Amino acid sequence: MVFLLRRLGFYVIAFWACITLNFFLPRLMPGDPVSRMFSQVQSQMRPDQVDALRRLFGLDDRPLWEQYLAYIGNIFRGDMGISLSRFPSPVSEVIGSQIGWTLLLGGTSLVIAVILGNFLGVLAAWRRGKFLDSVFPPLLIFVGSFPYFWLAMAALYLFGITLGWLPLSHAFSTGLSASFSFEYIGDVAAHLILPALTIVLVSIGGWMLGMRNTMIATTAEDYITMARAKGLRPARIMFQYAARNAMLPSVTSFGMSLGFVVGGALLTETVFAYPGIGYQLLTSVQALDYPLTQGIFLTITAAVLAANFLVDIIYVRLDPRVRVS
Amino acid sequence: MSLTNSTPTATTTAGNPTVQVPEPPVPGRLAHGGFVHGILTNKKALFGLAVLVVFALLALLAPLLAPGNPSDFGPEASLAPSAAHLLGTTSKGQDVLALTLWGSRSSLTVGFIVGIAATFIGCLVGIASAYFGKAIDELLSLLTNIFLLIPGLPLLVVLAAFLPPGPATVVIVLVITGWAGSARVLRSQALSLRSKDFVAAAVVTGEKAWRIMFREILPNMASIVMSTLLGCVIYGIGAQAGLEFLGLGDTGSVSWGTNLYWANNDGALMTGDWWVLLPSGVAIAVVAFALALINYAVDEITNPRLRVEKKG
Repeated sequence: MVFLLRRLGFYVIAFWACITLNFFLPRLMPGDPVSRMFSQVQSQMRPDQVDALRRLFGLDDRPLWEQYLAYIGNIFRGDMGISLSRFPSPVSEVIGSQIGWTLLLGGTSLVIAVILGNFLGVLAAWRRGKFLDSVFPPLLIFVGSFPYFWLAMAALYLFGITLGWLPLSHAFSTGLSASFSFEYIGDVAAHLILPALTIVLVSIGGWMLGMRNTMIATTAEDYITMARAKGLRPARIMFQYAARNAMLPSVTSFGMSLGFVVGGALLTETVFAYPGIGYQLLTSVQALDYPLTQGIFLTITAAVLAANFLVDIIYVRLDPRVRVS
Repeated sequence: MSLTNSTPTATTTAGNPTVQVPEPPVPGRLAHGGFVHGILTNKKALFGLAVLVVFALLALLAPLLAPGNPSDFGPEASLAPSAAHLLGTTSKGQDVLALTLWGSRSSLTVGFIVGIAATFIGCLVGIASAYFGKAIDELLSLLTNIFLLIPGLPLLVVLAAFLPPGPATVVIVLVITGWAGSARVLRSQALSLRSKDFVAAAVVTGEKAWRIMFREILPNMASIVMSTLLGCVIYGIGAQAGLEFLGLGDTGSVSWGTNLYWANNDGALMTGDWWVLLPSGVAIAVVAFALALINYAVDEITNPRLRVEKKG
């Protein structure tokens, strides 16, 4: 319990640091990015909306600390301002309409990469120096060396343009409306394959190698020798004895890797014009839509922090040593 | 093998009467000698080093191999690879080989600067954290963990959006988002050294804090520093390419990332000009792979359990 409370405290501080960064970035940056944004949008807004925007970016005359407190208050009320590129929708609405796609893409590829990567790692460590152990790690490191976006473009070129097997961009075909029909779900799945594939390809090597290395250390433990001496079936020793214990570091890296997946999703979404918040983040930057940029950044960070807290809770369940100390 | 490596220095100091003060035994010298020897006899490391040297030479010789400004538009647009243009031309008539050669300069420089700077900050924070302990450790660890947890690429995008564009911005932003990982690794390693007797001895003899940190502790974790440096350089090259590809870097310069950015912007995928996209991406991957191989080798040398036992 103490452990979880400490972690929770840490996440709260981390989130506070992000809000603070968000608050000060537009106020302290040279080159006055906010005026650039204003000159672009002022004509299409009502005076009270311009006023609200001015307050959001500190162009009013209130003292800094007052602005800061008001800013934090707004964030916790879910008020992140109004999007300029999608005027007049509020930022929270824009994010809400797109976060589902990122969760779908990131979640699917993360789960596949973690399960497959760890499984391969266990097998590679168990059969040291055999085919799986000698061919896959270097191959996967090599594939993982390609930039996310480049692999995405290669996959797009090969399977989308040249072979024409899979759709080129977006999350579903135009003209199709969201429903629980077989046609719609199939269409979404078809659009998901290429982006998910690229994320899985890049990230699976890390999981495999990490698992392999802890597995090798675990198989040298006495209780594995004991299990062998008892004559247990190899599959039982491999999964029930060795892999279960070697999994703990993987659980920790699961939390850490969420941030990478979000980043990978950002690049992949850009290549496939996939309508998630990663793609929206980039378009908002290009459109100088700072409220949306900041809102998406905060949302992503909050999501990653929350997910990490969940991982902590699971970790406490898995590792009794944490509960004792 | 580490013993045979260090004996020559010992005999020369003993056999030479003009040397009055014998060199103080530097802790970690033995392990270090074995390390260099290990690198030079490891196939993975040698292959990785060879690839790096080739790329560095190509980058240095770019003005000789492909004279002129690589970004200048030419009359021959969208040509497939041929004898005149070994890697073809872009839709603007630029020579792809020249772009790739010149691009390696910016990509390698930024990658190594970012890697070195991030590792340096990581060393500073990690070792200070482990050496001073208590409140300083709590504070620095908190800072490190926050930076580790904030998703890197979104932070990169937000920072790049607000900072004025230019090459310095790219480096600064990449260092800000890249140092935390190394600080965490180096801290845990320094922490285990902190409790060793030779550090306690140095403290008792009244050595200055920075001297203990950088002359006593740091040399003993050289291999870990080396492997974090390699990791940081890989990160630097990849993240720069990502940032440039998104159009948030320095779009005026020529680097592997900007090459891909322009290729994508000019619709090279849709027109089927695959040769414009291939070289820069492969170059990034090959350099990253070479660095990863060296890193892998460092791991094997310092952690004997990962070595495949030779049979017979």
